[in-house]
Amino acid sequence: MSFSTVLPYLLSGISVGGQYALIAIGYTMVYGILRLINFAHGDVFMVSGILMVYLNASGLPLYISLPLSVLLTVVIGFVIERVAYKPLRSAPRMSIMISAIGVSYLLQNLVLYITGGLNQVYPTIPWISQSISVFGATTRMVTLVTPVLVVILVLALVLLINHTKVGMAMRAVSKDFETSQLMGVKINSVISVTFIIGSFLAAIGSILYFTNYTTVIQTSGAMPGLKAFVAAVFGGIGSVPGAVVGAFIIGICESIIKGLDLILLQAGVTTQMLGLSTFSDAFTFALLIVILIVKPTGLFGEKTTDKV
Amino acid sequence: MKKILALVLVLLLALPFAAMAEETPTVKIGVFEPASGDSGAGGKQEMLGMQYANYVQPTVDIGGTTYNVELVYADNQSSTSTAPSAAQQLVSEGVSVVLGSYGSGVSIAASPIFEDAGIPAIGVTCTNPAVTEGNTHYFRICFLDPFQGTVLANYAYNELGATTAYCLAELGNDYDQGLAHYFQEAFQALGGTVVTESFPTGTADFTSYLSTATALNAQVFFAPCSLAYTSQIVDQAAAQGVTYPLLGSDTWDSNVITNAAAGKNVTIYITTFYQEGGSPEFDAGIKEWMNANPEALTNNGGNDMVSAVTAMGYDAYFVALQALELAGSTDAAAVNEALWNVDYTGVSGQITFNEIGDANRDSAYIKTANTTDNVWEFVTVQTVE
Repeated sequence: MSFSTVLPYLLSGISVGGQYALIAIGYTMVYGILRLINFAHGDVFMVSGILMVYLNASGLPLYISLPLSVLLTVVIGFVIERVAYKPLRSAPRMSIMISAIGVSYLLQNLVLYITGGLNQVYPTIPWISQSISVFGATTRMVTLVTPVLVVILVLALVLLINHTKVGMAMRAVSKDFETSQLMGVKINSVISVTFIIGSFLAAIGSILYFTNYTTVIQTSGAMPGLKAFVAAVFGGIGSVPGAVVGAFIIGICESIIKGLDLILLQAGVTTQMLGLSTFSDAFTFALLIVILIVKPTGLFGEKTTDKV
Repeated sequence: MKKILALVLVLLLALPFAAMAEETPTVKIGVFEPASGDSGAGGKQEMLGMQYANYVQPTVDIGGTTYNVELVYADNQSSTSTAPSAAQQLVSEGVSVVLGSYGSGVSIAASPIFEDAGIPAIGVTCTNPAVTEGNTHYFRICFLDPFQGTVLANYAYNELGATTAYCLAELGNDYDQGLAHYFQEAFQALGGTVVTESFPTGTADFTSYLSTATALNAQVFFAPCSLAYTSQIVDQAAAQGVTYPLLGSDTWDSNVITNAAAGKNVTIYITTFYQEGGSPEFDAGIKEWMNANPEALTNNGGNDMVSAVTAMGYDAYFVALQALELAGSTDAAAVNEALWNVDYTGVSGQITFNEIGDANRDSAYIKTANTTDNVWEFVTVQTVE
């Protein structure tokens, strides 16, 4: 088995993994604090892509449209929380989850209505969409930028959580919702900050993802969202480093499976293509089932779990 | 006072009926196409042809009476699970004949609904043999996948000199899988080797498949998939700097692909039903119509390039009109009988049906994408016996 065979799959795996990681952080943070699986998160990611398409089409230069799309995504994330989740704060957890599913479908159908169901082509962002050659494998710059950017953002996030007042409040809220409220933590602003950070990372993830895979449609967020969710569960939902590690593992495994046939063929293990690439998605979800059975709390998860 | 008001209201209610009696009668033609989903872009372009045809010829003489033709739309959302309910919608609207769909899977899924209702359907660009096989109500005006696959395999082997081909198809998509299968069969018969892989619905990352093709030293990459995927494949192939040409089927024939390939270093060859310039009169007319309708222009992907599916949609409409005229009635069963005798020469060539209900076609256009001028260029007409 030569390195050059595996390399292209590894590269695409790292890149996809990084993009899943940015979405997965949003899932895991919201879960950590609200004990809510925010099913609309994948769609926020997709809406961010659509916003960028329309902002770019309106003729704004890239240095304005890019930050503006991130800003608008953050606003959308914030508004969703205020409108759809906040009024249900004291309602049973199931109600908020149903509300999240509702928001998810609302966003998808809004985009379906606006785009008319046609694929939108994501604008080309110079530099990161350039092709480069890495040890003989040609790929896009974004493939190399993604893991670096993810590591930087995660470090910044960990610093924020561990060393700032907001971060301390977040940790307190995730430990005990009611008690921290009694201790004077402004719960609503902490939750808003969580959604703002989550949406910000989803927006960054969306820029990286759609630079690689340039078509945006209303269902574009569904698959990455689901896989990021699996990554968050795999890493232990509620844990930020867990989500990142989980996302990279899922991204790389998925990509390797797509090339497994060829790798096995060249290693002499098999003599013909077995069609294993077909199972790349099935693998992700089989993994979810196995984790839930073997280690329900995930790699870095807390000991106790809540029913959802 | 109340009585007068009631009287006025009742009169108002009766008004539409009185007006209707004077109007010309209407015959309904069902348009069973995807307006959303993975094939939404293609479905909309196919509908454009029908809408333009309806604009050119809004009436039809049936049994001595002039009827207005009304197009009734049902969106099958490119999904085989939605297709039956969309078909049911057309049935309850009381259409005389159905046109569509873009995509074979949805046509196959809806076929039993039309059959039960006794409504004939005219497939426009659904190329899988199973659409018309074993039934008497589904017709089709385009060529078939065994033919298309053979044309492409011949072209790849003889003209492009390829001996190893890589095929990529979407899982569970009848169109993709069928075409990949026929291509493989023909290519292997010629003496070449083929590797076929499938990807799950919703895939966005095709770099892995492109890498596999490169590593296997494939000389052509054949991907008979929906536009949503093919535009990504073109884009990612360009970014990876692949050296092999991409081969496409009729789904590729859209400006979505030329837009994705614009200014990039990729070679693309496709088979299709119609080449712009085949009927200058039709081209000029539809361009003028599209440019006058902003919505039509948007549905065509923002410019006025004529897709083959649009030309086919146009022809399908007139085939339906001829069947209605021959039937001399708007009764679906009579139209079904009349369809067997249709002989119509449209912009895409002569259309007559064989005993299966398929159009007798023996040639396909091969086109290549000109990445500098952002247009399709005619290469050759390939005929297979």
